[in-house]
Amino acid sequence: MTVLFWILAVVAVVAGFAVFRLNSMAQVTFALLASFLAVAGLVMLLGLGYLGVVIVLMMVIEMVIMAVFMVMYMMNPAGLMPMAMYHNKSGSMAIAVGTFAVLAAGILLTDWPTRRGAPAPDQTFALGEALMGGQMLTMMTLGVTLFATIVGTVVLATARGRYDRFGDDLDRRRADDPAGGGPG
Amino acid sequence: MPEPMSAPAALPLWWVVVLPFLLVAVAAAVVAADASLTARARGARADVLLPVREAGRLLVGQRRRTVAADSVLWRAGGAVLPVAAVLAGVVLPLGLRPVADLSVGVVWFNAMEVLAWAAVWMVGWGPNSALGLVGGYRFVAQGLAYELPHMFAIITAALGAESLRPTDIVAAQRGLWFVVIMPVAFVVYLISATAMAFWGPFDAPVGRDVAGGAAAELSGVDRLVFAGGRRLLLVVAVALAVPLFLGGGAGPWLPAWLWVAVKTAVLLALVLLVRRRFPTIRADRFTEVAWIVLVPLTIVQALVVALLVLNRGGAG
Repeated sequence: MTVLFWILAVVAVVAGFAVFRLNSMAQVTFALLASFLAVAGLVMLLGLGYLGVVIVLMMVIEMVIMAVFMVMYMMNPAGLMPMAMYHNKSGSMAIAVGTFAVLAAGILLTDWPTRRGAPAPDQTFALGEALMGGQMLTMMTLGVTLFATIVGTVVLATARGRYDRFGDDLDRRRADDPAGGGPG
Repeated sequence: MPEPMSAPAALPLWWVVVLPFLLVAVAAAVVAADASLTARARGARADVLLPVREAGRLLVGQRRRTVAADSVLWRAGGAVLPVAAVLAGVVLPLGLRPVADLSVGVVWFNAMEVLAWAAVWMVGWGPNSALGLVGGYRFVAQGLAYELPHMFAIITAALGAESLRPTDIVAAQRGLWFVVIMPVAFVVYLISATAMAFWGPFDAPVGRDVAGGAAAELSGVDRLVFAGGRRLLLVVAVALAVPLFLGGGAGPWLPAWLWVAVKTAVLLALVLLVRRRFPTIRADRFTEVAWIVLVPLTIVQALVVALLVLNRGGAG
């Protein structure tokens, strides 16, 4: 258990720092993913199976999408040339290392209270109840807000709207799409 | 019949070693069956030893190197595919018990499946080849269109059993298989499981029109690992449909493990058949189908199942 903790902890920190050392955007993305996966392992070590597995699920999806966007906005679209991050690298490294040092010092120097109470028998159930019981309204508002944001972003980003597809009076029978077919 | 709950929940530890070999054997059988069908369609003699021969040929073949390749991501991506498939396989009940009886089994399964996303993109990106990159992007771009219906289908089965543990889901189907009360989720699961393994009509990422796409620059052992991993992923993804929707090892006369094998074989045969019947679906067309048809259908399916669960007094 302790051995596993140290392996995961070292992997998390080293892979996180590799983000500043590697010179390829793609490798940086997956170094960050490796760091997140190690953190997910640490969360599972705490006995929080559901949270740990969900971190794996979400982070893999997120970082792959991130890779797409990073390559998309990169100056060198081929992307395989050495490609360091030039945007205030020293500043961001100082912030990252500083945050890590402050948090680590805080963890080590805090006088932690002894544990009272016991973990719930079914962590996943307890988590679900905490999120969807007392905080139901918060979570629902959050969900709808996020969804509205996504829809809004897509509407702003897309070049073609319904007037392009169905004509100025929206009276065209079949949508005029660059690639035909499909259900709508 | 012993109560499944009182039986030891997971298989003995040595199954950890057996599982990869078992999955590889099933994947090899799938390749052999597929190749035999192709041979018969051409009027040639069926060759059941083809996977062994092909694996041997690839093992001694030379590995291709390309100019300015990102070999770290390239090789890592290829290796992730089979590893993720086997890791997903640990929660499959092989009979009554899985290798690891995780309380969040189906979420674990899904998390391992999406690693394929990263893997295919890395394999496409690595060799510094335009066609490979096109293949990798094809898969990633389809990711959410595959993953959302997939997730809803899995969650519907978990909802029906009120548990994320595959053995609990099997136990909840003792009266009635879930395929009866959630047929839409079952069909969508099979479609999206095939798609997650970029198999059948969803093989655009490794399509012939881009000279093999993500796999375009793979040769020798790299191709073996990638192609084998893809088939392992297909086998594992399809096999989970048995505990989720077809009652796991439930069935008369035969022992549980044999029923699991029979049901898995039938589903795999169905998947192979579909691949031979349908041409590759154009990516943008399927995205539209997934978002406009499959996602709403699975949400309605989940709602119906939720009402059924509430009606029988569940979710207390």
